[in-house]
Amino acid sequence: MVDVFRALDDETRRLILDELSVRDGRTLFEICTLLLARHGRTLTRQAISQHLEVLQSAGLVRAERRGRAKHHYFDTAPLAQITARWPTTERTDP
Amino acid sequence: MRIALTSVFVDDQKAALRFYTDVLGFVEHRNVPLGEHSWLTVVSPESPDGPELLLEPAGHPAVQPYRDALMADGIPLAQFAVADVHAEHARLTAQGVVFTQPPTDVGMAVVAVLDDTCGNLVQLIAEKPAG
Repeated sequence: MVDVFRALDDETRRLILDELSVRDGRTLFEICTLLLARHGRTLTRQAISQHLEVLQSAGLVRAERRGRAKHHYFDTAPLAQITARWPTTERTDP
Repeated sequence: MRIALTSVFVDDQKAALRFYTDVLGFVEHRNVPLGEHSWLTVVSPESPDGPELLLEPAGHPAVQPYRDALMADGIPLAQFAVADVHAEHARLTAQGVVFTQPPTDVGMAVVAVLDDTCGNLVQLIAEKPAG
């Protein structure tokens, strides 16, 4: 089990979550395409696969088979740990 | 040297011929019976003298694990050029074709990935004019 805080401590993994929040249920190939095309990240598929494993281990990404392809979904539930620990407050201007 | 023929493995040649001709719009080029299978190729009507695509039986034991692993990760095994990926996505979706990746702008091109129902993913690409 990887801790949520460690999983988020990496810009590539944050970009993967950004792309999944734009549209959920993407394949590894699609995530590789987006990281290259939109973010100029030239990582190998193996490296991106390992980042996805870290996110899955933290419970932030779920992989589901739809037909024969594996699609990745962003699960925001573990993020509640952050606000549970440090509740956010609306900042009121003086 | 030029590329005259390339191939995709297909689960069933008859079903593959239907998909690659009736749905995608290629035309049958050679269909030579060879025992239980055929030497079966299609070409694009836009370039009938261009490269042939061989629809090759997927019976070899190495084929299934290879294709299953690529399919699981969403990796296409072939790429076809089209004029307009969005238009093809609309046309093919209306015929029941499943896309694992919708049309996506990747800067120099628009791409999408579809399931060919024969065990492969295929990427469609429309390159943008330079400049």
